[in-house]
Amino acid sequence: MAVAVPERVELAESLVEFINEWKDQPGNLIMVLHRTQLEYGYLPEPVVMEVARQLGTPASKLFGVATFYNYFKLTPPGRNRIAVCLGTACYLKGAGELTDTFSDQLDVAVNGVTEDKEFSLEGVRCVGCCGLAPVVMVNGEVHGKLKPDGVQGVIEKYRNGQGE
Amino acid sequence: MAYAQYCLICDGTACNSSQSERIYEQIMKYVYDHDLEKTCQVVKTGCFGFCEQGPIVKVLPDEAFYVQVKPEDAADIVREHLLKGRPVSRLIYREKDADSLGAVDKISFYRKQVRVVLRNCGFIDPESIEEYIAREGYQGLEKALFDMTRDEVLAEVEKSGLRGRGGGGFPTGRKWRFSKEVEADQKYVVCNADEGDPGAYMDRSILEGDPHSIIEAMAICGYTVGADRGYVYVRAEYPLAIRRLEKALEQAREYGLLGANILGSDFSFDIEIRLGAGAFVCGEETALLMSIEGERGMPVQRPPYPAVKGLWGKPTVINNVETLGNIPVIITRGGDWFAGLGTETSKGTKVFALTGNVNNSGLIEVPMGITLRDIVFNIGGGIPDGKAFKAVQSGGPSGGMIPAEHLDTPIDYESLAALGSIMGSGGLIVMDEDDSMVDVAKFYLGFTVEESCGKCVPCRVGGRQIEKLLEKFADGEGTPEDLDKMEAIGKTMISGSLCGLGKTAPNPVLSSIKYFRHEYEAAFKKDVAETA
Repeated sequence: MAVAVPERVELAESLVEFINEWKDQPGNLIMVLHRTQLEYGYLPEPVVMEVARQLGTPASKLFGVATFYNYFKLTPPGRNRIAVCLGTACYLKGAGELTDTFSDQLDVAVNGVTEDKEFSLEGVRCVGCCGLAPVVMVNGEVHGKLKPDGVQGVIEKYRNGQGE
Repeated sequence: MAYAQYCLICDGTACNSSQSERIYEQIMKYVYDHDLEKTCQVVKTGCFGFCEQGPIVKVLPDEAFYVQVKPEDAADIVREHLLKGRPVSRLIYREKDADSLGAVDKISFYRKQVRVVLRNCGFIDPESIEEYIAREGYQGLEKALFDMTRDEVLAEVEKSGLRGRGGGGFPTGRKWRFSKEVEADQKYVVCNADEGDPGAYMDRSILEGDPHSIIEAMAICGYTVGADRGYVYVRAEYPLAIRRLEKALEQAREYGLLGANILGSDFSFDIEIRLGAGAFVCGEETALLMSIEGERGMPVQRPPYPAVKGLWGKPTVINNVETLGNIPVIITRGGDWFAGLGTETSKGTKVFALTGNVNNSGLIEVPMGITLRDIVFNIGGGIPDGKAFKAVQSGGPSGGMIPAEHLDTPIDYESLAALGSIMGSGGLIVMDEDDSMVDVAKFYLGFTVEESCGKCVPCRVGGRQIEKLLEKFADGEGTPEDLDKMEAIGKTMISGSLCGLGKTAPNPVLSSIKYFRHEYEAAFKKDVAETA
């Protein structure tokens, strides 16, 4: 049976620099994964294989760490990342209903990406703007005290690259 | 360098996400247009706390407290107030029709607050080391290094009675002593800024509003226990806090307050930032250390405690952000001063994030011993829309619900534990008559089940089983046996789990059964309810 050889990829130059800088520091793994995700928006498998090779650490170890932590994503997000805060204050003030509204209007499941790759939808841990509950972040931009009837407006703001 | 006027703009995360940056730009533009830059200083500060009313702009010395400011209000604030001395009355915060002008301290949100940890939040530019120094910053470190022995510093911290603010409430001085008394070639100081409790953001606000206070405290701790390296383990989800902390670290190094031979002494100390990656269990100290070491953040058995055998096997003091925020003041003003605040067993103040169904949500700092009623009804302004208060939840997923009949309990570590809750890190979520306790318990348990690392059975399996039973109640399909089962499993988790996450995870469920049993009974399966 043939064994698939993973495709070798060339890493971005700044990432290689970062890896070299951190290579010999103890406990570097999470910092390197953060830097990798910053570069690619998620952790593509061939990239993680190459990072592992350059660090001289087994890839299984990197995947083991990456899958433990919520922050690391192994699949690509949408071009616009919608993150509904699931902190307690937001939950009490209707975050569940907001999530459903986004899900319905975009026809996307939670933790999914729309067919045209424009939007991804996820629930995130408390973003700490509880005074603005319920809070939704799109590409890091905060929309506070959002009601279900305001969802359409938020989507339109970002559709087709308008929210850059 | 004194200015005739100061214009302070809140730039905490909540106000920042409501365009405080744009407000700052606009105010600066008009200040320059009217040549006011030499007489009026405009400052972006950390969180004012009154997040409900943000964005907030404060003008001193008139004590004008402007709320819900928009960028287009900048022209009026500058032209009317800063230039002509006529405060803009339409933007001034009003309470029961009383004007708050000239009396910010009289606003009920602030009146009962005592600011020790938040002493600089909202007063200084967190990106300026000079402003921190101007408010007695780094005096604690200087005093410790030159006027006190390591034992004297430790004695002062012990005398203060300070206890850990991250949840456990362990005496800080005793933790330092354990570490100090161990002989080792290398020791570490770690600041736990992995604030994962949903609904709590005090640590983030301190890092954003006063990052130098944490650096100073860590250096004092390093001097006391004999450590020369520190790590701040901070959530990756807090970009603004990380940026301000990085900037503060650079400034401290430039000023010789970090690095080799601090202030010319023979003490050397430096700090590195390590990012968390969204795992709630990493707030537990042994899991946090695993994460700094670059591993999956799974807790290990204690003892040995990290103070004796911690990071890379070396003695490590781990203190939470808020705990550290108290240290510089304890050194400059003395342990006795600090111990004069609070109750017999719980000294000092506590910062709470007051949120949920309450009129004035925000960040508050109150002396230990204040009652929940004072917090919810005086500071918090009561429940919106004339609804009735039902419960307050403290301690997040590790804490419990506290019903109306216990509102007059003075808050301290012991009294909250006696009620089946915990002090926790400081989230206080207010719930009104419409909130279902079964639903809220399910929310918290769902959180801990998802965040359980899966290492030990009571937590991994027990949590899931209680969650399944809660789902039955959510669907109106519960039975009296299910209630008994949930209590039994909960007790097993408390006694048998490896770390704090599992030991406290059943608290929201058990406390809601204790105080709101009727809500569970109302969700019994129909034929059961009829025979009961």
